[in-house]
Amino acid sequence: MSEAGSSFVYVIYIRTTPERLWRALTAPEFTRQFWCETVQDCEWKVGASWKLMIPDGRVGDAGEVLEIDPPRRLVLSWQNQFTDLRAEGHSRMTYQLEPQGDMVKLTVRHEMPHLGSTFIEKVSNGWPAILSSLKSLLETGEPLEATRRWPKDM
Amino acid sequence: MPEFKPKTVYVTYIAATPEKVWEALTSSEFTKKYFWDRSIELEPKLGGAFALRLPDGTANVQGKVIAWDPPRKFAVTWGVKWPAEFATLPECHVTYEIAPADDAVRLTMTESHSWNVPEAILSGGRMGWPAVLSGLKSLLETGNAPLIKMEPPKDMIEAIKNLKL
Repeated sequence: MSEAGSSFVYVIYIRTTPERLWRALTAPEFTRQFWCETVQDCEWKVGASWKLMIPDGRVGDAGEVLEIDPPRRLVLSWQNQFTDLRAEGHSRMTYQLEPQGDMVKLTVRHEMPHLGSTFIEKVSNGWPAILSSLKSLLETGEPLEATRRWPKDM
Repeated sequence: MPEFKPKTVYVTYIAATPEKVWEALTSSEFTKKYFWDRSIELEPKLGGAFALRLPDGTANVQGKVIAWDPPRKFAVTWGVKWPAEFATLPECHVTYEIAPADDAVRLTMTESHSWNVPEAILSGGRMGWPAVLSGLKSLLETGNAPLIKMEPPKDMIEAIKNLKL
């Protein structure tokens, strides 16, 4: 993996199964709860187009499935659509799911090929909240209040 | 006076009050459950002594309190004493900041170093902190801390040997 470029890596351990975590990361009935009411429009196979849909119908982010190996690994190309960050082009986002006892170790790696990426800076702030909320949803049945709804001003 | 720069930052959001998160960070009843059986010893004031001890009493980490502002900010100097291979490492700073986030708390852990610490040495903390803080979150939200087994950080141990500190 190249050391150049901008990257954000986040590891979180969640008490669930890889299958359930995979489902929560991809299925609308889950993402609506912990990921600010968004759903993903995707056929989940290599080469399929991928879109993260904002509740009002706008496309938030878009790209393509680069690698998919359920429930272990997903790699997407990912370009912001609804702000100026679109100009930065496509990032690469990887989910790696590894069972660890009764936990799953989820590693999220989000990368841009260029240095000083504002897009990566922004997602670095977003991911910990979204993933913490995902963990709360799967472990307690409730997501965090902070990520239940799409922010009104966004 | 050497300047300590942040090298590893981990942010997690926990559905608990700031006071509860503070208690979990500063009392042994909690640390034993999410920090691999370590007990925390603390003189609760600026300059106070700090240690993390193994069940047999061995000091794993020792230092002193450099920030004490309950329930918002807690920081210590972090000198690893055990195992012996780690004792030559310069001490770093570990800072916990607790901020409200709706009805939850945003907990930020920052590990800061005063020297050009190589990535291989930072790798130990980058493996450990997500497990410790994921465990803390599970403990406070569900009452159960997970058992996360972790191998010794081989790259870190190798790098410390090679540096001949």
